[in-house]
Amino acid sequence: MMDTKLFDGAEWTFATIQRAHDACEQIARDELGLDVYPNQIEVISAEQMLDAYSSIGMPLFYKHWSFGKHFARNEALYRAGMQGLAYEIVINSNPCISYIMEENTATMQTLVIAHAAFGHNHFFKNNYLFKQWTDADGILDYLEFAKTFIQRCEERYGEQAVEALLDAAHALMSHGVHRYPRRRPTDLRMEEKRERERREHDEQTFNDLWRTVPKGPAAKEDNRAEERRRALLQLPQENVLYFLEKSAPRLAPWQREVLRVVRQIAQYFYPQGQTKVMNEGCATYTHYRIMTRLHEKGLISDGAWMEFLHSHTNVVFQPEYDDQRFSGINPYALGFAMMDDIARIVREPTEEDRTWFPDIAGTGDEMAVLRDVWANYRDESFILQFLSPKLIRQLRIFDVLDDANEPEMRVTAIHDERGYKRIQRALARQYDVAWTTPDIQVIDVNLAGDRRLILHHRALNRVLLDEGDARHVLQHLADLWGYDVLMKEIDPATDAVLKEHAASPRGTILSKDPV
Amino acid sequence: MYIVDRRLNPGGKSLGNRQRFMRRAKALIRKAVHESSGERSIKDADSAGEVKLPVHGVHEPSFRRSRQGGTREYVLPGNKEYNEGDTIARPPSGGGRGGSEGSPDGDGQDEFRFALSQDEFVDLFLEDLELPDLAKRKVTDAESVSWHRAGYSVSGSPANLAVNRTVRNSLSRRIALKRPKAEEIAALEAEIALLEESQDDPEQLTALQEKLARAKRRTGIIPYIDPVDVRYRRFESRPKPIAQAVMFCLMDVSGSMTEHMKDLAKRFFVLLYIFLRRKYKHVEIVFIRHTHQAQEVDENTFFHSPETGGTVVSTALDEMIRILSERYRPEDWNIYAAQASDGDNTSSDNDRTAALLTSDILPVCQYYAYLEVGREGEHFPPGFARRHSDLWQTYSGIVASGAPMAMRKVNHRRDIFPVFRELFGRKGATAEPAEA
Repeated sequence: MMDTKLFDGAEWTFATIQRAHDACEQIARDELGLDVYPNQIEVISAEQMLDAYSSIGMPLFYKHWSFGKHFARNEALYRAGMQGLAYEIVINSNPCISYIMEENTATMQTLVIAHAAFGHNHFFKNNYLFKQWTDADGILDYLEFAKTFIQRCEERYGEQAVEALLDAAHALMSHGVHRYPRRRPTDLRMEEKRERERREHDEQTFNDLWRTVPKGPAAKEDNRAEERRRALLQLPQENVLYFLEKSAPRLAPWQREVLRVVRQIAQYFYPQGQTKVMNEGCATYTHYRIMTRLHEKGLISDGAWMEFLHSHTNVVFQPEYDDQRFSGINPYALGFAMMDDIARIVREPTEEDRTWFPDIAGTGDEMAVLRDVWANYRDESFILQFLSPKLIRQLRIFDVLDDANEPEMRVTAIHDERGYKRIQRALARQYDVAWTTPDIQVIDVNLAGDRRLILHHRALNRVLLDEGDARHVLQHLADLWGYDVLMKEIDPATDAVLKEHAASPRGTILSKDPV
Repeated sequence: MYIVDRRLNPGGKSLGNRQRFMRRAKALIRKAVHESSGERSIKDADSAGEVKLPVHGVHEPSFRRSRQGGTREYVLPGNKEYNEGDTIARPPSGGGRGGSEGSPDGDGQDEFRFALSQDEFVDLFLEDLELPDLAKRKVTDAESVSWHRAGYSVSGSPANLAVNRTVRNSLSRRIALKRPKAEEIAALEAEIALLEESQDDPEQLTALQEKLARAKRRTGIIPYIDPVDVRYRRFESRPKPIAQAVMFCLMDVSGSMTEHMKDLAKRFFVLLYIFLRRKYKHVEIVFIRHTHQAQEVDENTFFHSPETGGTVVSTALDEMIRILSERYRPEDWNIYAAQASDGDNTSSDNDRTAALLTSDILPVCQYYAYLEVGREGEHFPPGFARRHSDLWQTYSGIVASGAPMAMRKVNHRRDIFPVFRELFGRKGATAEPAEA
């Protein structure tokens, strides 16, 4: 037991922050076994926090009017007292940058360090999605490059031209990500080896009889040409921005590079959208553990502990569905509850837990299990796997089906024996990428003919696109493509076309003469 | 671990973004500003404030799933009464449970509010407008020179001698060079006189006499005021633009002018005032109302006090000429006049009105705007031969001769701003009369 406290009262100095960080680090590394990037903690003012808000949390970013709009909006809300500011922003980079507000008390700074500099940091470094899609070492350099590049473009081609291009690119940003890793082109040695193996296989299985078997009608020539053409264009393609960057006929090289910048940034944020519950759950559970240990070790006073608990319970508060304050499931609440529940299952399982989670129930080391979970799951798979019946009962989750063809909504599952699995599946589905972002693919284009671009929206559950927005985005798409664009909304169950949208280019982005 | 203190970093990182946003939303902001300008009094019209923009104007679209149709599923916490298979009536759209479907960026705001500074406000309001005929007229180009104090100099005319500064310099120099003070010399002399009388100590006497001689010599060498001490007040000449303007608001207040017409006129005057404020440091307004006789009044009386009588426009012009000659010399003032009327005039007065305008008023005015206000419901289909009012006909002749004058007809308040822009637009400062 140490008898010295980390801090006394609400005031803090840089030495306080250093001490708090070191104390948190010791617990995080030695007791929780977390593996983090080196930390960089930056103290900022409220105005700088608003700045950071407006450029999606990044420390440096290119200029665009939409960020000005967000700034004006947040500023107005903040000044009117309608919205508080976040205590921190953390950036997935190496070193991991956490912004902390100067207004925070010493307790809050400790909490923020435990939450962001260790919880989020560990998640960023270890989760497979972040490993696969983001480059923590390079992101700040890349943003610096992007900012300078876009500034140069503005100087060279005019702000208006760049703005029009960015408008279009931003509209398509949600469809500018690769959802699956692409196949890497094989190198020559591999190619040769494969070829040799094929030949050997042919030789081994050679049978002269095959020569005598009558052949079917030859495959249609043009059909094969068609397929080859689509393969060359990598169609169908769900990354619309990538497709435009590589294949739009009339974009200038700098325009392709700008699309690439927007696409890269979208890709960088792609994992964050899929791991909200896990990321916040991980950070919240980590800060809870660290703060508890700090209190147990006597490093923070009872007063600070109460202040922490107050803030913590606010963060993990989940209003019920009929509450005024209800606005969907709070990722902090669900994440923390699930992490805590997993720890309980590992330590003190009930019979039910042993049946549902035979792999982890009673293994005893909850941090090992949690670290494995944090590394290998995303929200969808995490909920599908680990939402326990006890938690479903505790939160009294129920599932409502709203079919537009039926006169009333129907409760399809509640927290009972028959409902657990269904609720797991239904909730997991809501965190699926396909649920949050419409599935839109570039299907075909006739480069030799009228160059019309055809896209399909596979309407999950026959929910169509919001028409006004879709028209605007399609217009942007047509401007980038330079020729007509047609989008069909398709019912995936029957392949029936539910609706069609079309757009023709306005010539706002591409110059009249082909480049 | 590093701790970096970023609080001292320069702020305003988002300024570039804000400017881009302003440019983007310019049309909307201009409309919002325009709508808000009608209610205020003329002098407050250009004070800044919050502007509300409709959110769709600066919307960022994306492909997103619509809120209606298809099959949806809601997974919600906090079940109290429902069992599997229960049915629930659909809540009215837009409220209740429908909000549980995750909206991507928490949208749902109806209006977008934000504050404009006064400069931003007026800039947006008046961009692309310019004062007509500013360069054409010699009187306003002639810049007088004004003198401003600009520190001290070592040379100058005796009238500008800065006595305090000079004496201060001399004092410090005398202290520095240890010039004997007059009291010291007087004291020495007194002591010598005493010794001479008593003849006690001849050695001391010689020493004192030598000391006195040295002091007197020193006083002679080190002057009380040296040319290096002397300072003169320095003046610098700056060209002085005529930074003041006077705006004459002339209005017919006879019985034929309805409240609606006065409202139109007021809106026009407000715009003109904001516009002049932008260009001139100091703007004065003179309100002249007239029936068959004219008088200068304050703003409140001008707009709100009812009056009866005939209509003789030339009386207002007479009054304006009188005020001009008394208070606003054309050499010192930029003179603008705006006249609002329903177009009635006593027919015998038309010639005199025209004569006054051409001979006395237009030569000294920067710009004379005539606004003919009509009734709200008046609509004349194109091609319908409309009889021009007396004033309209009279003024048409003057405008045709190329005088710095413009005229427009306005029936509805929504026309005011376009008409104003037309009158002061960058192109075609001398506008031809057009059908309303």
